[in-house]
Amino acid sequence: MKKKIVIFCLLMSLFITRSLHAVITIEITEGVEGAIPMAVVPFDTQNIPVKLNTDLAEIITNNLNRSGIFKVMGRERYPSQPHYSKDVSYSQWRGIGQEYLVVGRINAKSAGLLDVQFQLLDVLKQKQILGYSFPVRLRNLRATAHEISDLIYEKITGVRGAFNTRIAYISAQTDKARKYVLQVADTDGYNPQTVLESDEPLMSPSWSPDGQSLAYVSFENDRPEIFVQHLASAKRSKISGFKGINGAPSWSPDGKKIALVLSKDRSPDIYVMTVATKKLTRLTRHRSIDTEPVWAADGRSIIFTSDRSGKPQLYEVMASGGQPKRITFEGNYNSAADLSPDGKNIVMVYGDQGRYQIAQLERESGNLLMLTENNLDESPSFSPNGRMVLYASTQGNKGVLYMVSLDGRTKHKLSDQSGDIREPVWGPYKQTR
Amino acid sequence: MTRYLTAITLSALLLAGCASQDEAIDNQTDQDSMADQMGDGSPTPIAGTEAETSAFQEETLTAQQMLEEADSPLASRVIYFEYDSAKVNDESLALLEAHGNFISGNGNVFVRLEGHADERGSREYNIALGDRRAQSVRRILLFQGSSTDQVDTISYGEEQPAALGHDESAWSQNRRVELVYEVR
Repeated sequence: MKKKIVIFCLLMSLFITRSLHAVITIEITEGVEGAIPMAVVPFDTQNIPVKLNTDLAEIITNNLNRSGIFKVMGRERYPSQPHYSKDVSYSQWRGIGQEYLVVGRINAKSAGLLDVQFQLLDVLKQKQILGYSFPVRLRNLRATAHEISDLIYEKITGVRGAFNTRIAYISAQTDKARKYVLQVADTDGYNPQTVLESDEPLMSPSWSPDGQSLAYVSFENDRPEIFVQHLASAKRSKISGFKGINGAPSWSPDGKKIALVLSKDRSPDIYVMTVATKKLTRLTRHRSIDTEPVWAADGRSIIFTSDRSGKPQLYEVMASGGQPKRITFEGNYNSAADLSPDGKNIVMVYGDQGRYQIAQLERESGNLLMLTENNLDESPSFSPNGRMVLYASTQGNKGVLYMVSLDGRTKHKLSDQSGDIREPVWGPYKQTR
Repeated sequence: MTRYLTAITLSALLLAGCASQDEAIDNQTDQDSMADQMGDGSPTPIAGTEAETSAFQEETLTAQQMLEEADSPLASRVIYFEYDSAKVNDESLALLEAHGNFISGNGNVFVRLEGHADERGSREYNIALGDRRAQSVRRILLFQGSSTDQVDTISYGEEQPAALGHDESAWSQNRRVELVYEVR
């Protein structure tokens, strides 16, 4: 059989406005009480000569609602439609219980260039607390809406927003004609782009810390091998193709190293590869399964899954080497860890009594919180601000993705009509800021 | 090799296997210690075998023909496992002895052991689990006399399920090692 593998380059900002509709659709499955009430008035677009099919206020509204921290009022109930702070009647908005108000407008600046302005208003203090003007190309309007969402989120919560980032995941057809696709999309599921397509399994995507490249496992040569692919140029190279398992690549926070799993010396162990030289250092040496390494944000230690105690549990080892220390003790099955950027929390697959859920372990207290309630959840991945967790679940015979807030109270689903999606991984902040 | 001889030798091996199966299938057991454990039961020809086989000397089959025989144990090429386990059960051990004997007796036969896991738990752990299952089967085949260059392993983890569905009936079909033959 002739193997087919197709590599795509990602033209980051060159997508066609016509194809804006997401392959992925979002559904908010659980809301939360006590969220901050606010309104986002539709932006004024009357002064631009083209009709936009991007509704900035709608994108911002959806983002803020999904965070679980805000509850944006439905626009059909707005008492007025101001676009400038000077036109706002604060008492109107205070009267309907809103604490914050976002107003904005889009003007034509020059050929193909728009000027997007927004103001965040504190209804109780009756004043602007944030205001920006962005020169934006038509095709980048969605990204601008995400950027505005980030600024609003940060101003009110004090935590940087992570809406203007991307996620990577694998979409698969396993029933008839087998096909595996590695994709990258915005955090709201829009603008999905294909990185790689193969007849054989693709697994374990890992973002480089600069967001420019993905490492992943591909079976295209009838065996698992690790590749690194630069997204914009589609240039890729095989970094590991030893006998046996080549798996679970994980980029170090400084981008200079990749932790990975090799079974070339018998049982699967954790190794660290220096990206520039491909030099390998062996980190664990045990007859058990050692897999799924992930770096602490400070780069000093690595957490991994091992069944050296008989069942899979999480262990921590210094990146410089040494004796691994067990860090999970509850449940029969703890695996596939991800660490919050501040190092305080671990999310993982927690298996007990035949159920596999996503759990959060607070490191200092050892407290365990179940974030999900399904039976077959896997692949948890923190947002770069540590406030949301992206993970994979199952619905019918298809994989779907969910995002859940760190307190487990707000959840929404991303699903793809055409495929079975799994192994989501949240990318880093964009570095343009 | 004749069909009859194969059958006789196999039954001897099956006895040997049954006698010490618990130790033999421990996936962490070294080959040497396995040999020690199974030493007493190694395939000693049963009296009368030689005389009987000589009558069938003409019926030699090629390796390809043996693989194509529908009623041969070699027609069964999937070994199933319990949850989170790489332990080969008694029935599968008997089957693997047939395969091991066939491979060791035919230098032109190569087998790729494809390890799989059910969907539960994390994907890379399942890759490791599929690998452990394939290694378990490999050790048994090597003990049977197959040479290392005849037996290759790969793990697909949970990536290529044989049965879809999210219950034990699907999972039990997915926790497996498939023997994929090539006659060169």
